[in-house]
Amino acid sequence: MSAELFREMTQSILDGDDEVSVELAKKALSAGIDSLTIITDGYMPGVKEVGDAFACGDAFLPELVMAGEAMKAAVAVLEPTMKASGQARKILGKVVLATVEGDIHEIGKSLVGTMLTSSGFEVYDLGVDVPTADLLAKVEEVDADILGLSALLTTTMIKQKEVIDEIAKRGLKVMVMVGGAPVTEEWVQRIEADGYSEDAVGAVEIAKKLVGAK
Amino acid sequence: MQPKIELLTQDLIDRIMDEAFQLMMKPGIKVQYKEARELLASAGCEIDEENEVVRIPESVARKALERVPSEFILYDRAGNPTITYGGDKVHFDPGSSGVSVLDPETLEHKPADTSDLVRIIKVVEMLPQYDAQSTAVVCNEVPKEIGDFYRLYLILLHSQKPIVTGAFSNDTLDTMIDMLAIFAGGRDALAEKPQAIFDVCPSPPLIWSKFGAGNLIKLARAGVPAEMISMPLAGAASPVTLLGSVVQHTAESLSGITIHQLAKAGSPIVWGGAPAIFDMRKGSTPMGAIETAMIDTAYAQVAKSLNIPTHCYLGATESKIVDAQAGLESGMSALVGALAGINMISGAGMLDFLACHSPEKLTIDAEAIGMAKRMLEGIQARTETLATAMFEGINFKGDFLKQRTTRELFSEEQYLPSEVIDRDSIRGWQQSGRMDTFDRAKIRTQQLLDKYERPSIDADKEKELVSMMEKLAKEAGMNKLPAFE
Repeated sequence: MSAELFREMTQSILDGDDEVSVELAKKALSAGIDSLTIITDGYMPGVKEVGDAFACGDAFLPELVMAGEAMKAAVAVLEPTMKASGQARKILGKVVLATVEGDIHEIGKSLVGTMLTSSGFEVYDLGVDVPTADLLAKVEEVDADILGLSALLTTTMIKQKEVIDEIAKRGLKVMVMVGGAPVTEEWVQRIEADGYSEDAVGAVEIAKKLVGAK
Repeated sequence: MQPKIELLTQDLIDRIMDEAFQLMMKPGIKVQYKEARELLASAGCEIDEENEVVRIPESVARKALERVPSEFILYDRAGNPTITYGGDKVHFDPGSSGVSVLDPETLEHKPADTSDLVRIIKVVEMLPQYDAQSTAVVCNEVPKEIGDFYRLYLILLHSQKPIVTGAFSNDTLDTMIDMLAIFAGGRDALAEKPQAIFDVCPSPPLIWSKFGAGNLIKLARAGVPAEMISMPLAGAASPVTLLGSVVQHTAESLSGITIHQLAKAGSPIVWGGAPAIFDMRKGSTPMGAIETAMIDTAYAQVAKSLNIPTHCYLGATESKIVDAQAGLESGMSALVGALAGINMISGAGMLDFLACHSPEKLTIDAEAIGMAKRMLEGIQARTETLATAMFEGINFKGDFLKQRTTRELFSEEQYLPSEVIDRDSIRGWQQSGRMDTFDRAKIRTQQLLDKYERPSIDADKEKELVSMMEKLAKEAGMNKLPAFE
């Protein structure tokens, strides 16, 4: 019974169908299946399959993003019971993600978020034009491992430095990844960020390296 | 709406036709084949037998034009209709009859042999952008007298796609038709459902040789489609003006059609060509020149005004290696040909004035062709509202990636290029080896060759074909056919 259900869950991720994935999560819960098992055996294989297919060019961004959305919707259903029973999903790390204050460019940052999620990170995407104070409040609240800062303009890029300086001042141990078109290796060294990448695929590699996952 | 370019006004088309008819009377057309002259004489043409010149009155040519089918179909080996010649349908095939191939490692142009042609056939079979195979290179290790049908034999062994080919003599044409008949189920069945089309060339200016006219007649009687390849060279073997060359092309094509339809009315024939301008610095004939593409576009427009299927030679380059010039000339001219609505566009894969072939270039040209075909699909209304429905729930966020519609329609809206086309970030590009287009094409070509599987062929037919080929090779003094992978 549950094997069949898990297969349907995997399929709902492959189809990127959040309505079906939510439906199945509820069904599994009422059948008394353990939440963690549902995620690991039901949804994760789908996420992994789409991620792998994307990496070798056989799947495309819409599939990847919709798979992420279907997964997120299912996890939202399962989370309360997981919390209640004191269980935690195995994740590679927690990432807070945002485009810095004064900058409203979203797409690149959202892609990084999607890719990180489908690679096993827990991602808190705060959106665009996020003030430094709000960013750091979230980092402290969720005890984030990584803070991802996007900036598309040379004028807003400077905010990345401001955030890093503030982290140092407060003595937070979160690592900082930066990204965005104007960001260069030289800039990264100057502001003493922990990592950067030109694109979303590279960002996942850097994030894994930072948290010590292979 | 299929986008389209046209270069001629109706008035100019009328003038081109008028002057072409004048040329057919004065100086007339040189027809170097007695049987063709006799056919023309019986239709009322005046013959100067001593000089082999025929004066073809407009009324005779017009009568022939009325009988030409405006549309016909080429079939694959399994008998499925695959290519429609007619209207504004556009198809592509590789260039034909190269003598050398580009060695992808040494960049030498080396004489082509069996293994090269087999490689080209396999790559073409694997790339959906190519609608037909062509007898792409001459196999230099094989005796000349069997070369024509030997190339066809290799294609029949390795491919399902329709074939664009040609014969270098009157005698070999019969053999080639017999080879094709094996797979079609006899000569009548082949005429019913042709799987190949044969290029036939007039000689500029205004000459139909014994071999050209002879093949026109043979093809007409066999009911196998003929594709006339008129080759005005603007400024050398034809008038320097583009229009002057189009007039010559029209006269050669009209006279060819007249001979062909007199041999057998209603047989399929194509208004094709391989014109070029003449380069006044180097004395060469650039196939990648924009004016060459303009001559093609113009004569195609003349053919369309007569409701006759079209062909041209574009998508090739003069460059000696697969470089930026190769890319821009091949890509630009392929797109012009597509926008001109030409039914069969030959030339992809070729370098150096159609002398040299490259499988790697074929994989790159396939991307240009894919993009050109995407362009031809035009802009379509694929959703009920053009945009408003897709804005539901968007709330000023760039979240269209999350929409089901995006997932459903992106691969229809966008042509998805292969890895030959680089759209990676600089990081991704660096990490995958900092390759240029040619490097990526080499890898893709090898992948295609590795993935290729020979189509299943009826064992009896294959046996018949092979024993026919072996016998012909022996007669030409070749006791053992070259081996291939």
